[in-house]
Amino acid sequence: MSESPLRRVVLVDDHQMFRTGVKAELGGSVEIVGEAGDVDEAVAVIRATTPDVVLLDVHLPGGGGIEVLRRLTGSVPSRFLALSVSDAAEDVIGVVRGGARGYVTKTISGPELTAAIDRVADGDAVFSPRLAGFVLDAFAASDVPSVDPELDQITQRERDVLRLIARGYAYKEIAKELFISVKTVETHVSSVLRKLQLSNRHELSRWAAARRLV
Amino acid sequence: MTIGDVGERDESGSGAALGTEPPERAGRAERPRLERARKGRLVAGVCRGLADHLGIDVLLVRAAFVLLTVASGIGVAAYGAFWVLVASTPPPDAAPNAGPADKPGRDWRQLLAYTAVAGGLSMLTWGAGFTEVALWPFVAGAIGGAILWQQADRDQRQRWVLPLRQRWWRTVLGLLLVVGGIGGFVVRNVDAAQARSVVIAMLVIATGVAVIVTPWVVRLWQDLEAERYERVRSQERAELAAHIHDSVLHTLTLIQRNAHDTAEVQRLARSQERTLRAWLYQPKPEEGGTFASVVKDVAGEVEDERGVQIEVVVVGDCPLDDKVGAIVQAAREAMVNAAKYSGTKEVSVFAEVEGDEVTIFVRDRGKGFDLDAVPEDRMGVRGSIIGRMERNGGTATVRTAPGEGTEVRLEINRQ
Repeated sequence: MSESPLRRVVLVDDHQMFRTGVKAELGGSVEIVGEAGDVDEAVAVIRATTPDVVLLDVHLPGGGGIEVLRRLTGSVPSRFLALSVSDAAEDVIGVVRGGARGYVTKTISGPELTAAIDRVADGDAVFSPRLAGFVLDAFAASDVPSVDPELDQITQRERDVLRLIARGYAYKEIAKELFISVKTVETHVSSVLRKLQLSNRHELSRWAAARRLV
Repeated sequence: MTIGDVGERDESGSGAALGTEPPERAGRAERPRLERARKGRLVAGVCRGLADHLGIDVLLVRAAFVLLTVASGIGVAAYGAFWVLVASTPPPDAAPNAGPADKPGRDWRQLLAYTAVAGGLSMLTWGAGFTEVALWPFVAGAIGGAILWQQADRDQRQRWVLPLRQRWWRTVLGLLLVVGGIGGFVVRNVDAAQARSVVIAMLVIATGVAVIVTPWVVRLWQDLEAERYERVRSQERAELAAHIHDSVLHTLTLIQRNAHDTAEVQRLARSQERTLRAWLYQPKPEEGGTFASVVKDVAGEVEDERGVQIEVVVVGDCPLDDKVGAIVQAAREAMVNAAKYSGTKEVSVFAEVEGDEVTIFVRDRGKGFDLDAVPEDRMGVRGSIIGRMERNGGTATVRTAPGEGTEVRLEINRQ
């Protein structure tokens, strides 16, 4: 992972102070190729620089991170990692369903954020404990039979992985705990992310509807 | 009685020095204010109220009204005036209980009273020269309507009639009476040929009035709506301002004052952040709280007390009972231990309710310890956590090793 050249990152957040803080935290571990403070700026900067990863704030002037995702879907190869202070489920689920490959809170430490950026750049998913909790809630086992079981239900193994994430385990620790490889853990999480983005489960549609992004 | 007297005198004595209120109260104690009585009334409580106010027998008052009615018809007019102008007594708190007790004997007496009023009215009309038989249906109808209204007024209307429907009902009744009255008058006084033109004229006038008045009423209504909206908004703004002032500004002041004390500043900021988050994102907590809210509260307390950061993830929820309370308390103890001994500042808590199974994990990535080396008398782990869980039919498992961090797993079945 770390042999590859520095990840090219665009930072989107409406608070200059926060951007400065994140840059300081990341230090030289990634290359910041652009910054933006609102939706229009973000779309322009991302189109111009096509970074590996966009660190995207959920709340932005001009329609929020979701609007950035909506305008850029399919047109740039960049991957998105949502970064927010919000704990609200509809924010978290909304931005992930909008196309972000992960969600972390702004309290994340520098090394953890670097690791998350690497993971997203490699096409894997990044789940914070809280996001794992939301997914467990949304895919609760005791529920009505679903239309598309492949998409609307998560497997027992995926549930185990999510529980461990919610318990604060890192991917490496999860792998050790479940006697599987880190790569397998990543596969499970990516699979959950896909279901989260594509499933029409009742709870998810409700969240999506709350953000008007069905 | 004596004690009451002393109290009364004492009160009015001190009150005289203070102002005007107590003499008034003393006066009211002697003579009740003129109000339409709710208890012991036959029609609208006017006679009973007057009797209470004047301090004479209610029978005398009623007799006076009847006499006045028979003599000149003015009794009915006076009664009506009192009915409209005098407010009725506020409903007592225990009204539902008091109601049925004195009800059975009242219905026929009330009928009697209404009949008396009807008699008075007919007497009045007789005296005025309206002797036609055609008038009688209206009198009967009006009295019937009054009785109906009177019944609906008292009986269960709070329970089964919505305020809106009641108002609607009242409006329709009023309309019927007015239209009936006018119609009756027209039919009686105008011959058929004229009646048509009169009705048309009335319709034209009504339409004209409607055309003139409607825009004005609509505008008034809209203004009212706008004003109400504005009021709600300003109330919200005031609430927000009050909240910000009480919490955020207060904390910022404290932070400035404690700028040299990093730990205290962190604690203040974290505690404020939690409060603000709860206020912004979480629905209003239910009375007494649920499992999820209590777990978060407890973690918040430990954060404040110990200056650590606790990441709480809760999946599912359930109401609180003794068992659920026990597991939360055990989890609190585990959090305190993690904060005290782990050597790290970060603790993860994951709580899950799945059916009847309640599970809580408290984990830190700290230095861990050798579980076998913990002396038997160390209360924290053995008593507060493992013992508490076992007493409530649950289990507690501690997984730790030096350098490996610690994870406490608590499980309980709610059944």
